[in-house]
Amino acid sequence: MKRILLSLLLISSLLFAFACERKGGPGAGGQTGPILVGYYGDLTGRTSNFGQSTKRGVEMAADEINKAGGINGRQITILSEDDEGRPEKAATVVTKLINQDRVVALLGEVASGNTLAAAPKAQAANVPMISPSSTNPAVTQVGDYISRVCFIDPFQGDVMAKFAFNTLHAKTAAIMLDFNAPYSRGLTEFFEASFKKLGGTIVDKQSYTQGDRDYKGQLTKIRSLNPDVIYVPGYYGEVGVISKQAKQLNIKAPMLGGDGWDSTQLWDLGGDSLNGDYISNHYSVDDPSPAIQKFVADYKARNGEVPDALAALGYDAMRVLADAITRAGTTEGPKLKDAINATKDFVGVTGTISLDKDRNAVKPAVVLKLQDKKYIYQETIYPEGMTAPTAPAAVSPASAGPAAAPASSPPKPGAAASPAKAATTPAKSEQPMPSPK
Amino acid sequence: MDTFVQQLINGLTIGAIYALIALGYTMVYGILRLINFAHGDIYMVGAFVGYFLAFQLGFATGPSLLGLSVVLVASMIAAALVGMAIERFVYRPLRKYARMTTLIAAIGVSLLIENVFVAKLGAAPRAFPQLLSEKSFTLFGNAAISKSQILIFAVSVALMMLLQWVIFKTKVGTAMRAVSFNLNSAKLMGINTDFIISFTFALGSALAAAGGVLTAQYNPQIDPLMGILTGLKAFVAAVLGGIGNIPGAVLGGLLIGIAETFVVGYGQNVGIPSTFRDAVAFAILILVLLVRPAGLLGSTVQEKV
Repeated sequence: MKRILLSLLLISSLLFAFACERKGGPGAGGQTGPILVGYYGDLTGRTSNFGQSTKRGVEMAADEINKAGGINGRQITILSEDDEGRPEKAATVVTKLINQDRVVALLGEVASGNTLAAAPKAQAANVPMISPSSTNPAVTQVGDYISRVCFIDPFQGDVMAKFAFNTLHAKTAAIMLDFNAPYSRGLTEFFEASFKKLGGTIVDKQSYTQGDRDYKGQLTKIRSLNPDVIYVPGYYGEVGVISKQAKQLNIKAPMLGGDGWDSTQLWDLGGDSLNGDYISNHYSVDDPSPAIQKFVADYKARNGEVPDALAALGYDAMRVLADAITRAGTTEGPKLKDAINATKDFVGVTGTISLDKDRNAVKPAVVLKLQDKKYIYQETIYPEGMTAPTAPAAVSPASAGPAAAPASSPPKPGAAASPAKAATTPAKSEQPMPSPK
Repeated sequence: MDTFVQQLINGLTIGAIYALIALGYTMVYGILRLINFAHGDIYMVGAFVGYFLAFQLGFATGPSLLGLSVVLVASMIAAALVGMAIERFVYRPLRKYARMTTLIAAIGVSLLIENVFVAKLGAAPRAFPQLLSEKSFTLFGNAAISKSQILIFAVSVALMMLLQWVIFKTKVGTAMRAVSFNLNSAKLMGINTDFIISFTFALGSALAAAGGVLTAQYNPQIDPLMGILTGLKAFVAAVLGGIGNIPGAVLGGLLIGIAETFVVGYGQNVGIPSTFRDAVAFAILILVLLVRPAGLLGSTVQEKV
């Protein structure tokens, strides 16, 4: 009898829990009241530093806009969901944000694999989605409701290949990729193509998967081939350990990486092993431009740490969205989408943002050197057809890399005069950036 | 040649960890005929106890041998207590039921531990503080061995010798062997079997925790789910060596570690991609079960404990 009572209690409590789940309702997406914006990201999983940083950037932008009176008098409310860094969970929480919370637009994810899982849901529901920092080209190919405020991997892979070949004078490279991450596979493909085209040789390609405990097997193989550089386009968690184990094997070749390295936890895992490695990234905190310095100072005051690139991109994504809502004058999906896709010369902290016809932002990338827990600015590499660092000549679409962005149109006549090669500006100052805590 | 030696060192390092964990599987099986699936999670618990202790006791600031020893011993003790608690509160009440009941309960305990940790601490990997200075020694040619690898070898060999001594030279060890031979007869001889079983769980859990702290020095990334795959592979190692057989567990662990590393290092030459490293352990499991179900050392010797 006791058992039956107990199971009845259990069942009824479960039912109650489900009943409570049904909150909110339609109407929230109307044209009055607060504007609901959905944010989804990895807040507790393997790449949670990414999701947390981006969220802080998004919320900071929303608070600033709200303090300044909101958009057309309406306040922004950010609804956050945790996808634990898992693609299937990303699709689920985005479905919830769309159907249950009725958000007018979505911001997220960082990891391309998760964005790719969620994007079809947003596209099918006609809810615009801006990814702050997913760089795999396939992300925006899902449909016209999906856009991003960062550059794409054909360009990022190309940047590192050029830096390795031209600046580091590397002739041979080995690649160590995260086999299950579309981000890593994309970067590998574009780095390889670009490095080969420049005249370099890829001596070896090794794979690992997220959560591996040991990378010495792959690294020993790479060491026996003695490459000039090792390209590791992975995420910070694994990369920190890989760098550490490489140094234990006495590998002297510097490691090169992408924006996936940028996280405070990188230093906890890799420590001094990371000294002398290089990454490509979206912006440099050292940039003296007043807009960036104001953002860095405000973010530090608010969160007590230096913003990484993901926080800056989250901040920009929210502001691009707010700008589009203002221009559209409505939050209806189709009109808002058109306004977002028409974004042109928007001045963000990560550069001037213009979306090309594939809804990718055309922006330069910076190369940073890792040294004693600091990122030291090395050089800025511009996409093809975009040379002038001052003039916002970002109208021309990115067509970087031989494997280039699909269907890139020829540069606008004005910018066509520039040489086909990406222009680089050499490092002038090597001022260290404040160490992230 | 030095690449081969290097790969061998790499393989033996992870193999030693598998061996430490496999010992716990094999000892419990020897005594209770139970596959304790929560054992992999004890390894994780050990790593986390070490993590929090290192911060609490102020050892996280820099490398110190004292800190490492304290953290290692303390987390072994803590894990032993956890192992004993699991036995006392889950397995002992179920011992009178069919063996399958206990096995399913073990899976339940495993999932419970993992999810409590995820719920309390989050699934995000944490960086284990460096308790050992970063240094490598060159053996010959190009082959390098890092301090953390030496530590893994030294500690695991010491622990295995200690275990051998406990089992064959002490009174409690004799009792363990008696219980593994026949639980009921041992009880009739006046052996406190409940205590012996508890002691076995404590020993196994302490070894797994040592494995957890040692791996964390080698690869500082720890997360609540780290015990799943490592635990399964250690289980395969125990089966490979002959479950219930102590030298077999060590041999199995080392073989699995070497097999895994060689798949990564040389698999590409014969068309096996390096991402197949995890598949190899389980392919070995299937092969062993088909060809020699008793395992490599597990046929007539039968010195189960």
